[in-house]
Amino acid sequence: MTTSRRTTLGLGAALAALALLAPVLPKWALFLVVVSLAKGLAALGLLVLMRTGLVSFGQGLYFAAGAYAAGLARDALHLGDGVLMVLAGGLTAALVAALLGLLLARYRAIFFAMLSLAFSMILYGLLVKTPALGSTDGFNVSAKSFFGLSPASGVGRYGIYGIAALSAFGAAVGVDRYLGSHLGRLAPAVRDNELRVEYMGASVRNVVHLNLVLAGALAGLGGAVTALAVGHIDPEMAYWTTSGEFVFVAILSGTASVAAPFAGALLLELLRSFAYEHAPNTWQLVMGASMLAVILFLPAGLWSVFARKRRAAR
Amino acid sequence: MTLLAVLVDGVIYASWLFIIAAGLTIVYGVMRILNMAHGSLYALGAYAAASLAGAWLRLGFQPMASYAVLVLAAVLVGAVVGPLVERGLLRHTYGRDEVVLVLVTYALFLVLEDLVKLAWGVESYFITEPYGLLGTVEMGTLSYPVYSGVLVLAAVLVGVGLRFGIYGTRYGKLLIAVIHDREVSATLGIDVDRIYLVTFVLGTTLAALGGALTAPTVSVVPGMGVEVIVLAFAVVVIGGLGSMPGAALGALIVGLVRSAAVHFFPQVELFSIYLVMALVLAFRPRGLFVAAEARKI
Repeated sequence: MTTSRRTTLGLGAALAALALLAPVLPKWALFLVVVSLAKGLAALGLLVLMRTGLVSFGQGLYFAAGAYAAGLARDALHLGDGVLMVLAGGLTAALVAALLGLLLARYRAIFFAMLSLAFSMILYGLLVKTPALGSTDGFNVSAKSFFGLSPASGVGRYGIYGIAALSAFGAAVGVDRYLGSHLGRLAPAVRDNELRVEYMGASVRNVVHLNLVLAGALAGLGGAVTALAVGHIDPEMAYWTTSGEFVFVAILSGTASVAAPFAGALLLELLRSFAYEHAPNTWQLVMGASMLAVILFLPAGLWSVFARKRRAAR
Repeated sequence: MTLLAVLVDGVIYASWLFIIAAGLTIVYGVMRILNMAHGSLYALGAYAAASLAGAWLRLGFQPMASYAVLVLAAVLVGAVVGPLVERGLLRHTYGRDEVVLVLVTYALFLVLEDLVKLAWGVESYFITEPYGLLGTVEMGTLSYPVYSGVLVLAAVLVGVGLRFGIYGTRYGKLLIAVIHDREVSATLGIDVDRIYLVTFVLGTTLAALGGALTAPTVSVVPGMGVEVIVLAFAVVVIGGLGSMPGAALGALIVGLVRSAAVHFFPQVELFSIYLVMALVLAFRPRGLFVAAEARKI
């Protein structure tokens, strides 16, 4: 069995498990899973970028663009179905990424990180000063229907849950296939040595640009799902600390597996809800310390522990 | 009249930015670390200043000397936190990729943010006395607090001091050698470890000084360093990472752009700075004062 088929099967099993869990999970856990899946989507985008050797401190830009697009799809375009709203979010973010990519694709290393950060702060500034979009308060978002069905009161969250699970599954399978393809395998080559990739006749800039768009689209999907789940969007989604959280998840999970970002995001959200309850002022401390520990002792991310075990067992 | 206001406001803002950005850029120049925790060090300086100067004034000592106490607070933060961070953490990461170092300092930022909350609590601190003590000065129809002049003076002193320290002293020349080539400097017998330590302490002190001098003008609250770090980034990226004249020019550009935006187009104030940064990077990918580098195979 090829690795990609095995990954697809594993992800399918995870999707089935999510479906089976839905009826028994309490309300708060359902919400927690949806938010983790949404953040995992954004972190999955970072995984694609990190395979290319780039770390973006501005994924919040696409996250917010996706969320606002989802909200506007309903308010301005009357696309009230949750599925359409999420698709609108992903598509808009991809467009934004395609446009900014024209410039961003020329930058590497810290310059790339800083420029993407600058762009996300520009969007933040714009959103804060736009009264039509609610300025600092943002506005409320809710879907009229899910998959064409109008939800009875209180059932809507299962619709959101379904959308989150399906988009996470689709994205993970899609990214896994992509990374295994010829085009996708250029990403680590670009990271290792750009000049040689160009000698081989491939366009480094196109590879980087494509991966930027992919990462943007994934963050946009995540933002749209978050908007539906939380029911509210505000400019804070574009602030650099939001982007920092995605970086945190991506570092924690490493770039080895497409499932890792989702697991990492779930871990983050679980940690956060417990920390908020018991020690609200040490939450970032825990986050920072665990990030340091991972960087210093497990440079390939937490997932590498499993990978190492598996290799040892073989 | 508006133009004068724009200029004066811009220069005051630029002075504040320069003090912070100078620390950021020197740490990058020598150690190749883009320090995301710089904003937290700034906040630490502000808290230390608020506590120390607050205690100084409460005990009824000479209020005019509280300015010295502000500076002392910054030096204390640099001397205590600087070596702790450099020896305790950064030392173990040298030689890693620049991006990894950004992530390390981002983690450090998260840790410091909460340590500040644990040490000082979440309520805000005020020490307004040094601000009001000097009175105001009239410029035409505008009146400015004299304290802003102190800020400008401090920035000039920092700039001149750094310039003399780097180009005029033996130690500064060693520093330049390390900036050019770390390994060759080490083989020539320069104690690179020590230079790194001194540089980081200097960078920390400058960040803390920025915070300490700001403390009298604002309420010192948790999270005050979060925005500062991206502002300082914008400054040093515009000027060119690691370049001291670049930091000065970057601070001036950002300061003037912001004050012009505040006066003429208040709705773009927040992002005008980042817009300028994006524009500069679009045309000069490494900033204004840094030459392009050849690609390595």
